[in-house]
Amino acid sequence: MREGAGHSAPDSKLLGFWHVMKSMMSRPSGLIGVILVLLHVTIAVISPEIVPYDYKKISNILMLSAPDSSHWLGTDQLGRDVLTRVLMGGRQAIFVTAIATPVAVMWGGFLGIYLGLVGGRKDDVMMRIVDALLSLPWILKMLLLIVTFGTGQTVLIPTLAFFYGIPVIRIARVATHDVVSRDFIQAARARGHSLISIIFVELLPNVRDALLVEGAMRWSWMLLAFSSLSFLGFGATPPNPDWGLMIADARGFLVVAPLAGLAPVFALSTLIIGINLTADALAKTLGVDRARKASPA
Amino acid sequence: MTQAVLLDIKNLSVGFRGGQDQFVSILRNINLTVHAGETIGIVGESGSGKSSLAFAAMAYFKSGLEAQSGQVVFNGQDLLQENDSAVQKIRGGAIALIPQNSGQALTPTMRIGEQISEVLQLHSRYRPEQFRDRTIALLGQVRLPEPGILIDRYPHELSGGQQQRVAIAMALAGEPELMFLDEPTTGLDVTTQAHILKLLKDICDERKTAMVYVSHDLGAVAQVCKRIVVMYAGQIVLDGSARDVLQSPAHPYPRALLKSITRLSEATIPQALEGRPPMPGIVPAGCAFADRCMAAQDRCRTEQPRLVKLANGQTTRCFYPEEPKLNAARGTTRPAELDPDSFASQSDTLLAIENLSLTYARPSLMDQIMGRPPQGVPTVDDITLGLARGETLGLVGESGSGKSSILKALAGLLPFADGKLIFDGTSLSRRGTEDRDRAHLKMIQLVFQNPDDSLNPRQTIAQILAQPLNLYFDLTTAQVRQRSEELLEEVRLGPRYLERLPSQLSGGEKQRIAIARAFAADPQVVLCDEVTSALDVSVQAAVLELLRNLQRKRGTAFVFVSHDLAVVRALSDRVAVLYQGRLCEIGTSQAVYQAPFHPYTEALVHSVLEPDPDFSPRVLADDIVELGPPAQGCAFQRRCPKHIGEICNTTFPPWQKSRDGHSIRCHHSLAALADGFTDEEQPYA
Repeated sequence: MREGAGHSAPDSKLLGFWHVMKSMMSRPSGLIGVILVLLHVTIAVISPEIVPYDYKKISNILMLSAPDSSHWLGTDQLGRDVLTRVLMGGRQAIFVTAIATPVAVMWGGFLGIYLGLVGGRKDDVMMRIVDALLSLPWILKMLLLIVTFGTGQTVLIPTLAFFYGIPVIRIARVATHDVVSRDFIQAARARGHSLISIIFVELLPNVRDALLVEGAMRWSWMLLAFSSLSFLGFGATPPNPDWGLMIADARGFLVVAPLAGLAPVFALSTLIIGINLTADALAKTLGVDRARKASPA
Repeated sequence: MTQAVLLDIKNLSVGFRGGQDQFVSILRNINLTVHAGETIGIVGESGSGKSSLAFAAMAYFKSGLEAQSGQVVFNGQDLLQENDSAVQKIRGGAIALIPQNSGQALTPTMRIGEQISEVLQLHSRYRPEQFRDRTIALLGQVRLPEPGILIDRYPHELSGGQQQRVAIAMALAGEPELMFLDEPTTGLDVTTQAHILKLLKDICDERKTAMVYVSHDLGAVAQVCKRIVVMYAGQIVLDGSARDVLQSPAHPYPRALLKSITRLSEATIPQALEGRPPMPGIVPAGCAFADRCMAAQDRCRTEQPRLVKLANGQTTRCFYPEEPKLNAARGTTRPAELDPDSFASQSDTLLAIENLSLTYARPSLMDQIMGRPPQGVPTVDDITLGLARGETLGLVGESGSGKSSILKALAGLLPFADGKLIFDGTSLSRRGTEDRDRAHLKMIQLVFQNPDDSLNPRQTIAQILAQPLNLYFDLTTAQVRQRSEELLEEVRLGPRYLERLPSQLSGGEKQRIAIARAFAADPQVVLCDEVTSALDVSVQAAVLELLRNLQRKRGTAFVFVSHDLAVVRALSDRVAVLYQGRLCEIGTSQAVYQAPFHPYTEALVHSVLEPDPDFSPRVLADDIVELGPPAQGCAFQRRCPKHIGEICNTTFPPWQKSRDGHSIRCHHSLAALADGFTDEEQPYA
């Protein structure tokens, strides 16, 4: 049983996009996850066209009113329509994280692959820096940057992309270690290929799956982080509708108007659950062992 | 056979469930009876189902596999009907397994004694206070030196051969009536393998334990087994006495398999067995072997042959069991032996290795401060070799002999500590590929042992072949494609392979791609690192043939590294024998494989197995752990059966040149080394 033994699933075929989608949707969890994510993204894109009211229209008559036929989810403390604000509340979070996630995966992934390939002293030094950065509580290091440079998307996106790229370095480095000792890397070295060529031609295709799954996971972490920042008042700025912000605003009136607080919670959790289910299904489809490779944010 | 039936496998089919409720069979309708004290060898290529059969016979199924039908009756009990705990009582007790890789089968954190005691506790009548004595007795039975000390050792402190002996002792602890051996010597050095086989044979003779020996190696099976069962595509195709099966098999598959084995006694590349067995799940209308069979008739493709007992005692699954008269010639002969003196002058040396020395020791902080190379005994030392244009130089030695390290240094993957590497008049940098210019990198190409590992699983064959073409040549996309197609033709695969992935290819095909990639650079030297050892026997010959044809056509020189002396002999013009990173002997392959021998070469040559029931290897050197090369004296001093005395331990032996143009590094005189070999007795002259 020597030859042909030891193939892992992803080796056996190169999976195209549609094949991956089909295989993910064939799992119940994957199907639910993909539907949830697609639903949220669609709503975020089209919500300005479909919402019944203006999200910033204040009314001093309708403050904290109960749901009725004109305001399905009632109104908040300023008399704004909750449904309108919930439907539009994911727009900024999804926009910011949709840019920051690929950036994080790309820079973290590239640095991780590079360190995994060259090893030695560079690797030692860089990984200790990574360890040090990871050991700080995330909220602390983010707030540090935001307080220094101010809020707004121009600060938020780079900050999220920077801090969420750091755990990706680890993932990419470990995935690279699995590959780098194999003879085809030795063969490329013996032929005299450049480091860049080895990274892109030989390593990246083998590390790509792990990075994709990691990216999906990072996205959900990042959404939570953005919402938390909004909740604390450092993310989205009023009167923009944002789930984190809405939860913070409605906190004091939960007894009087529970839906104003619970609706954004529901919206945020369904998106996070959807992304997590999708990431899990993606990991299973691609044969990436998430239990081994996942690391805390 | 008057002995009682011990194990009776009746109509057993094993497989896994595919999609749409299909049942994909790995084993089909197996009937096999093992009598008490019988030794049976199960042979076949990888994927033939031989290991699955051995596991199924213990009622053990790897996850996903299940028995579809049939019975496995052991001492009157149908193991497939019993519950797990009942079967587990038998397994490890009355039925024992000796696994392929004992190093992995032993628990690394438990002492040897504790591991064996576990078996005693579960499967023996001994009381706990007797365990230690019993364990020492068992370790003695498998001829481990100083069992009283070994019992407290951890597995990693033992050599591969010793670990295998411990596994055998563990199997014996349950006092088995039947032992399954799954490739027990594969992966061991030849000298160690000879030791283990001798031990197994003695155990059978002494204890009358029945043995089922699963192996791809007909040579190993020939040593131990009285009866041989040949498997092909999940079926038994031939069953007969070892002598009959090895000498006049009544089935074309073992016949072709025997012809495809490189033998030490013949310096030829044997006849390859082309093709591959059908994939599991594909049940051909006719005989499963028909596509690869040279004597296949129309009937073979339409009707499935059944097992038939012949007058000569063999049971065969073939309509035409007689050997056809045609194709009697065995293999192709090598070109006339080259004149040894033609290399003596070294006038046309392409690659010269001078006093090469390698070390794996990391430089200490002190060494780094002083800017000196790491201290200590180098792993590989004092290697001086020349490679002529178009020549094949074989490097043989057991694991740890430094042969692969030398190859890596030549390829520039390992910086060397001392010495010179001169390619075509230019001295190559000590530091490796970064310091070599592209023209030199192009000239020296490497083929690795395991094509599963040397081909990127995420690249198509076209992408793989394009790598060297784009790197070394200035070609357009169309030219790269055309060149790739030509290369595929050269390795006899054809352009239809271009869009495939390595995992869609068989082992032999993958190795051909790896060879094509090396030749894509149009190199002058190709370094071959155990290129056949990851392949099935039937495929090895075809790969060797391909290498030789490419060499003739292109005039490429090979450095051919292998632990397999027969394979090295089949291809090499000259052979160098290495032990612990030091050269022992070098000369034309003709001269090296005959007396006078270096004592190590002698031990090696006599350990090689032949698929012949009358052949038995001679065990010369002890099988002990060699931690590192000695600081002074002969490298082989600790194991040498011809050890003279103090001089071997203190003085590095001198080179002695014999009349037939080969050199031996030993303190014995050449006459003394040739002693005991008369002209008639020359083992492989």
